[in-house]
Amino acid sequence: MARIKLFVPLIIFIVLAVFLLNGLERDPNAMPSALIDQPIPEFLLPVLGDENRQVDQQLFQGQPALLNVWATWCISCRVEHPFLNSLAQQGIRIVGLNYKDDVVEANKWLSDKGDPYALSIVDSTGRMGLDLGVFGAPETYVVDSSGTIRYKHVGVVDDRVWQQHLLPIWQQIK
Amino acid sequence: MFKCLRNYTMFLVLMVVSGSALSVVELREFSSDQQRDRYQVLVNELRCPKCQNQNLADSNSPIAADLRQEIFRMLEEGKSDQEIVDFLVARYGEFVMYRPPVKKTTLLLWLAPGLLLVGGVIIMLTIRRRQSPERKTNPILKAEELDRLDELLGENSLGETGDSSSISKKGSKDK
Repeated sequence: MARIKLFVPLIIFIVLAVFLLNGLERDPNAMPSALIDQPIPEFLLPVLGDENRQVDQQLFQGQPALLNVWATWCISCRVEHPFLNSLAQQGIRIVGLNYKDDVVEANKWLSDKGDPYALSIVDSTGRMGLDLGVFGAPETYVVDSSGTIRYKHVGVVDDRVWQQHLLPIWQQIK
Repeated sequence: MFKCLRNYTMFLVLMVVSGSALSVVELREFSSDQQRDRYQVLVNELRCPKCQNQNLADSNSPIAADLRQEIFRMLEEGKSDQEIVDFLVARYGEFVMYRPPVKKTTLLLWLAPGLLLVGGVIIMLTIRRRQSPERKTNPILKAEELDRLDELLGENSLGETGDSSSISKKGSKDK
């Protein structure tokens, strides 16, 4: 009995070490989205470049899409933009959410850098962003053809993120 | 003349200072003091989704400002605290609560302080019992040996007390 007691500190150490090692591997900023497997929230917002036209959640019915939250004030969006262009060239439907941005600036950005979006929704107040649980740009949602959010990626989508996380889900829902 | 100038400078300084205060702390007109207190509790207990080690009250991030505005709006609309928390949890997950609900996955979190306290008290009592004087002498001698020791000590001490008392009596007589 006394022998076993000697091992108690070692056991405690091993248990703690396993927990802490596990913690090292995890991204502290990764947050599960509360909206995974939930439908796109209701909205009624104008379209960038054609502000008299309004779209709602029906936009996501019928075909899968990526919903990309972007803004001209967002530095990482600048990094992400060329990759989105190449995705669009591959025929992937990307819907933009122009989040709390200046409409003139946003239009200029698209004419300068190319427009990968099927269309961009103008969310100047951030109201739709709030309903989506957006807490910064860029964020990218994978939405299936029934308008259900299947995945959310916070941060820049590049080739690695696309291959590892988004593409497998995209192939499932295509 | 100088006094007037000093007042004017003071006025300018105050203008500048109050201006900077405005940019950090939003001014909100609450319909009652009770509303203001509820607002304070909520922004202190809800966590900023962007800067995860800050609550909504402390964070300067744009999303925290938006959420504060949203909480204010909902409060003034007459929503209950629970409705406001639910609204945020539906969008940002349970993560935004600094005070998590009691349920299966968080049970350990809630019970841990109590369990640690009880564990600590048990360990402390065990250690104290081990160090108590009666147990200290025991490990060296067996029960029979202890009895024998008591016997020997008993004889001895009886004799000694007898002697010493007689001596002290003598001493008192001498005086």
